[in-house]
Amino acid sequence: MVTDAEERGLLGPGSRILEPTSGNTGIALAAICRSRGYHLTCVMPSNTSQERRQLLTLFGADIVDSPAQEGSNGSVRLAQQMAEDDPDVHMPFQYGNPANPRAHYETTAPEIIDDLPDVAAFVAGLGTGGTVTGAGRRLKAHNPDIKVYAAEPQYGDLVYGLRNLDEGYVPEVLDPDVLDSRIKVDSRKALAATRRLATVEGIFAGVSTGASLAVAIRVCSRLPVGSKVVALSPDGGWKYLSTGAYDAGDVDELSSDLENTLWA
Amino acid sequence: MASVRIPTVLRKHTNGESRLAADGVTVREVFDHIVASHPGLGDSLFEGQDLRGFINVYVEDEDIRYLDGLSTAVDTSDEIAIMPAVAGGA
Repeated sequence: MVTDAEERGLLGPGSRILEPTSGNTGIALAAICRSRGYHLTCVMPSNTSQERRQLLTLFGADIVDSPAQEGSNGSVRLAQQMAEDDPDVHMPFQYGNPANPRAHYETTAPEIIDDLPDVAAFVAGLGTGGTVTGAGRRLKAHNPDIKVYAAEPQYGDLVYGLRNLDEGYVPEVLDPDVLDSRIKVDSRKALAATRRLATVEGIFAGVSTGASLAVAIRVCSRLPVGSKVVALSPDGGWKYLSTGAYDAGDVDELSSDLENTLWA
Repeated sequence: MASVRIPTVLRKHTNGESRLAADGVTVREVFDHIVASHPGLGDSLFEGQDLRGFINVYVEDEDIRYLDGLSTAVDTSDEIAIMPAVAGGA
């Protein structure tokens, strides 16, 4: 998204960038902005983990809090307001920027096809919808029989605390027609899958990975025996340690305690 | 009876209940029953015969748009979840 904006002449030395993020896109943007000399401000729900704030701060980004109870909807709304009042700031806007799915079309999917030309199904988490839309389109161009599944985090009730349904939001970059299904995963199932991944494979992964994996396991039963399924793992578990997600104890209890902060 | 999970934004129509139980062999039948007992839900869920745009409905965690829509079959032990469409974390 940054390279695309540079190519279109929207950024120059000292430009200011503003983006709504729950942290992860923000961290990547912050690293890029730091090295290219742009100033980044992230609008983020106030309940996001300390690690993400620390990383953003390390890279010199400013953080503006949006209300926790409004989830990412609140960050989107606040960032859009701020951008409206500040015509000189550039907002990549990952939820609506075609460069987001295009990056997955041009990089994520070709990488999968190179490594696994006979992939039968692809699973990735649903945040903006950029990964499933972009990678999914390319995979289906490679082989229309490839199934594409979105793993949708089921946030805690708090995050759905809209005042009315008209405040709902569907990201523009998500193309629902690319998907073969969309399956929600609650905190308990996602955490249980991260535990299983640690136990069986020795891999320490984040909660979105757990969600993808839970869906991958579920859809295996729909595919012919021997089918190869790719579940995308966006990150390790490091940035979520302070949430308590990996503390010792019963996954059911942990997940109900964390329901409102885990995915934030 | 199937169990229907009600999001916070709609609980004003269900006396604060977060779950309703209702009979029905399809999502539409179950919804007809909960709307009959809690009429306020009708306008929130439906626009004419169709679900409203910002409403996602899941049967056993799967979005019914990718199943048979409102005609999706429901088992007595199934959970139907109604969730508002919100921006995901990213």
